[in-house]
Amino acid sequence: MRWTHWVNFPVLTIMIWSGMLIYWANDEYKITIFGHTYVRFFPDWYYNLLHIPQRLAEGMAFHFLFMWFFTLNGFFYVLYSIISGEWRYLLPNKHSFKEAWLVLLHDLHIRKTAPPQGKYNAAQRIAYTAIIVMGVGSVITGLAIYKPVQFYYLTWLCGGYHLARIWHFVLTIGYVLFFLVHIIQVILAGWNNFRSVISGFEVVNEQPQPAVETTKEDEKA
Amino acid sequence: MKKPEKELTVEQKIKRRNFISFTVFGVLAASAYEGWRWLYKSPDETAGVTAGAHAPLRRALNKTEIFFRRLTFSENHLVKTYPKEMAAANVRHNSDIGSAGVLPPENWKLQVTKKNGEVMQITLDQIKEIPKTDIVYDFKCVEGWDQIQHWAGVRFIDFVKHFGLDDEAKMDYVGLATPDKKYYVGIDMPSAIHPQTILAYEMNDKPLQGRHGQPLRLIIPVKYGIKNLKRIGTMTFSNTRPPDYWAEQGYDYYSGL
Repeated sequence: MRWTHWVNFPVLTIMIWSGMLIYWANDEYKITIFGHTYVRFFPDWYYNLLHIPQRLAEGMAFHFLFMWFFTLNGFFYVLYSIISGEWRYLLPNKHSFKEAWLVLLHDLHIRKTAPPQGKYNAAQRIAYTAIIVMGVGSVITGLAIYKPVQFYYLTWLCGGYHLARIWHFVLTIGYVLFFLVHIIQVILAGWNNFRSVISGFEVVNEQPQPAVETTKEDEKA
Repeated sequence: MKKPEKELTVEQKIKRRNFISFTVFGVLAASAYEGWRWLYKSPDETAGVTAGAHAPLRRALNKTEIFFRRLTFSENHLVKTYPKEMAAANVRHNSDIGSAGVLPPENWKLQVTKKNGEVMQITLDQIKEIPKTDIVYDFKCVEGWDQIQHWAGVRFIDFVKHFGLDDEAKMDYVGLATPDKKYYVGIDMPSAIHPQTILAYEMNDKPLQGRHGQPLRLIIPVKYGIKNLKRIGTMTFSNTRPPDYWAEQGYDYYSGL
């Protein structure tokens, strides 16, 4: 889980960046409600700041290389989760949706107590499962716009070529929102938690003496 | 005999494991960064049939395209077609390179170079003797836009049969260029003889207008718009990739859909 997590971080960053190089060539998406445009993806100052304009060909070249790493990495993660049985901690169960609400209230300091949890709490189960589903969605919508004739069934599944491109874009916005919440949560969870995502274990102060003493006794004997 | 190593305390173990983990993490992160810098700053490919892309990225593009072509391409995979009423009245148009202004059809002939070097001069009227085929489909531009458009002309495969170009169609590529040679494309033969590939002389039931590549243009639904050459002047056949305008500017040579 740690390995794929840290591989995914730079790969997804590159995918989003090269995706923006491609999107720039036909940047027609915006959020308009009752004729008023609230958000336009993206304003000129944003493009210029990131040196995005006029790099469509380059963007496609990067995108079509790193798509392999993104897909393979996701594939290995899912495979590992299934083989190791870790999916049990991750997939939401029948209580998760109710409990996630309580977790949310707790995190927003509206409620004092949080429901009991395993490795992931209910909200995490839903969020982390959703992000995997989104990853699969990005691959499917991506293939649907990459080869819409050969993968006509995927394009059909996405509601046509035009809609598939919109889904692909919306999923990317979803990653960015996920990332923002994720970072805030990581900061709130503290150093020990962050360290565990790198080293693989968390330090829990639980009086580990007995185990050590037994080994010593064994040596004497 | 060696002294037995001192048992590490739990705290030392934790420290050691954390140290190892963070070192490994740091080294991997640094090498990932270096790898990225290498790729990002890698020199452009040597200019040839393709140009303008980072050399490693061009290799990856070519490999990826071949992979998907072998995996999925079939002439039985047809582009989705739509009823005529859905076709756009205002057909989008991006560029006039090689097809600006008006070329009267009577002043135009399609020059087809055959395998034996013979050059055929084909008039529009001769082409119109072949049964006409209509197609209404979603035209896709490499920029990301798409539009349902209605075109009509002769299927490339019918054109080949009619003019006895069967031997030529056994070669790997067909090269097309505008009369002034300013715009040119190379098409792999399986895509060219795909049943929906059309040499079009009509749009929305009317003869082609100036900006849409009159008198005759290529409509190849299994490719991005950049391969749909306007105003065809010459046609050649080869077993090596013919020059391609956008492939020389960093785009994928195949650009198939």
